[in-house]
Amino acid sequence: MSATTFDAAQSRAISHRHSLHRQRAWALWGSYVALAVFVVMFLVPPFYMVMTSLKSSAEISAQKGDPWIVHHPTLANFWYLITYPNFQTYYLNSVIVTVFTVVISMVIAVLAAFSLARMSFWGSQTLATGVFLTYLIPASLLFLPLFRVIGFLGLINSYWCLVLLYPTLAVPFCTWIMIGYFSSIPKELDEAALIDGAGYLQMLFKIFIPVAMPGIIAATIFAFTVAWGQFLYPLAYLYTSNQMVLTVGIVSDLIRGDVFEWGKIMAANVLASLPPILIYAFLMDYYVAGLTAGATKG
Amino acid sequence: MADGTSVPVGVMAPGAVARPRGSMKKFAQRRSTIAFCLCLPLILLIAGFVVYPAFYAIYLSMLNKKMTAFVGLSNFAFLIRRHTFQLVIFQSCLFAITAVVFKALIGFVMAHLMHNIPGKNQRIWRGLLLVPWVIPLALSTLTWWWMFDPSYSALNWILEQLGFSAVPWLGVGWIARFCTITVNVWYGTPFFMIMYLAALKSVPEQLYEAAAIDGAGAVQKLFFVTIPMMRNIIAITVLFSLIVTFADFDIVRILTSGGPEDMTHVFATYAFQVGIQSGDIPLGAADSLFMFPILAFAAFFVLRGVNRRSREIAA
Repeated sequence: MSATTFDAAQSRAISHRHSLHRQRAWALWGSYVALAVFVVMFLVPPFYMVMTSLKSSAEISAQKGDPWIVHHPTLANFWYLITYPNFQTYYLNSVIVTVFTVVISMVIAVLAAFSLARMSFWGSQTLATGVFLTYLIPASLLFLPLFRVIGFLGLINSYWCLVLLYPTLAVPFCTWIMIGYFSSIPKELDEAALIDGAGYLQMLFKIFIPVAMPGIIAATIFAFTVAWGQFLYPLAYLYTSNQMVLTVGIVSDLIRGDVFEWGKIMAANVLASLPPILIYAFLMDYYVAGLTAGATKG
Repeated sequence: MADGTSVPVGVMAPGAVARPRGSMKKFAQRRSTIAFCLCLPLILLIAGFVVYPAFYAIYLSMLNKKMTAFVGLSNFAFLIRRHTFQLVIFQSCLFAITAVVFKALIGFVMAHLMHNIPGKNQRIWRGLLLVPWVIPLALSTLTWWWMFDPSYSALNWILEQLGFSAVPWLGVGWIARFCTITVNVWYGTPFFMIMYLAALKSVPEQLYEAAAIDGAGAVQKLFFVTIPMMRNIIAITVLFSLIVTFADFDIVRILTSGGPEDMTHVFATYAFQVGIQSGDIPLGAADSLFMFPILAFAAFFVLRGVNRRSREIAA
C-alpha cells in the first residue's frame, strides 16, 4: 500500500517535472518567436532606409512593384554624396563639433564628479542635486533665450555655438554617471595614495580614471550621442550650408522645395547613422551598464 | 568626509594638539578650495547656459514682440485664449501620455521576453532592438516620413496588397497625431526595455523560488514579486521619459511641422514656429514656459524616486 502511494507520488513528481520542462521549452520558444516579431517590426524603418538608399531615382519614381525590395541596386547615391562638397562639409562640421563637445564635456564632468564624489565643500550636496535637475531641463525650454545669448556672443550661424551649448546637455548626465562610478571606488585606495604623498590631480589620473574606465566610456558615448544627433539647436542657430552639421544639413539641403531626392536622403541617413551604430556595436555593454547603473545600484 | 584626516586625531597626545589642529584645518580648507575649483567649470557652464537663460526666458516672455516694452503677463493671456495654443496643450499631453504608456507597456513585455532567453543570446537580440534608439532621431524620423509619403507610401503598398484602401497618413489630423505617437513609441521603447531588463535582473531569484513554494502562479509572481520590486525603477523611467517626450521637438517638426491645421503642434515646435520663424521671441518664450510646471512636477518625483532608491540600496 505504502509502496504504491510512493510509486504514484514519484511518477506524479516525474510527470510534473516533465511538464515543467515542457513548459519551460514552450516559454523559451514563445519568447524567441515574440522577440523575432518585435525585431522585425522595429527594424522596418532602418531596413527601408537601406533599401531606398540603393535605388536609383528612376526606380523610386517608377512606382512599379514592391517598394520594399531594391530591383536594380546601385551605389550612385552614395557616390554622389561622397563627392558632394556640401555633404563633406556637414560631415566634417559634425565631426569637429562632436569631438570638441565630447572632450569639453568629459573634462568638466570628470573634474566635477571627482570633487563631488570625494571632497566636499560648502554647498556640494546642493550642487550634486542641482546637476541632476539640470539634466531634466530639456533643450526646447531654453533655445529661445539662448538664441539671444548666442546672438550677443556673435555666434549665430557658426557651429562653434554648438560646441558651447552641447556640453550643457551632456555634462549633467556624464557627471551623474561619473559620481556613481567614483563613489564605488574604495576609500582605502585614495587614503593609501594620500599617505604616499600623491596630490589630488595625481590621485585622479593615476587611480580614479583608470579604475572608473567603464564609466568614462559610458559617459563618452552619451556625450557623443547627444552631439551627433541633436537637431533643435543647429536648426535654430545655423542657416548657411558651410556651417551646418549633418542633422540639419540632410533635412534642409537635400530637400529642395517640393523636390525630394529620397534615394540621396536615405543614403545620407545611412552614412550619418554609421558612426553611432558602429560605436554601439562595439561598446554597447559599457553604455548599457552606465545607463542602468542608477537603476540597479542606486 | 573626514577620510584620510581621521587617522592622526586619536593618537595625538594632548599637548601636541594645537599645531596639528591648525594644520588640519588648513588641510580641510585647502581641500575644499580644490574641490570647489574642480567644480568651477561645471558651475560656470550651468550658470551661464542653463540658469541664466532660464531666468532670461521669464524676463523675455514679459516683453512685447519688438522687445521694447514690458507687457507683464499679456503674452501668456494671449496664448491661453488662442485656439491654436489650446490645440498645442491638448496635443502635447496626448502625445506625451499616450506615447509613454505604450513605451512602458511594450518595453515591459520586451524586457520579460528578453529575460526568458538564455543570457548568452541576449546580447545580439538586445543589440538588434536597440537600433531604433541608436540612429539619430531626426534622421530616422525622415525615414518614417518617407514611409508615410502620400504618393510613394510603402506602408500603403502593404495595405493595398492586403486589400485595404490607402491611408492619408500625415494629411488628416487624427491620423497624423497617431503617426507622431507611433514614431515616438518606436524610438523610445528600447530605452524602457534596457531599464526594465536591468531591473528584472536585480530581483533576487530566491524571491521567485519562495513564491513558487508558496504555490504562486506566473501571474501572481508578476504582481506580487516582480512589480513591487521594480516599482521604483518603473516610476523613475516613466517620469523621466514623460519629461523627454513632453519636450520632444524632432519628430513633430520633421514629420508634420505642426500641420494639418495645427493639430500636431507640441510646445517645442510651436515655440520654434512662433519664436524663430515668425521672429516673436517673447511669445515663443512664453509658450515654452508653459512646459515648466509639468516638468517641475515630474522632476520632483523623479528626484524623490532616485533618492529613495539610493537609500534602499544603501540600507
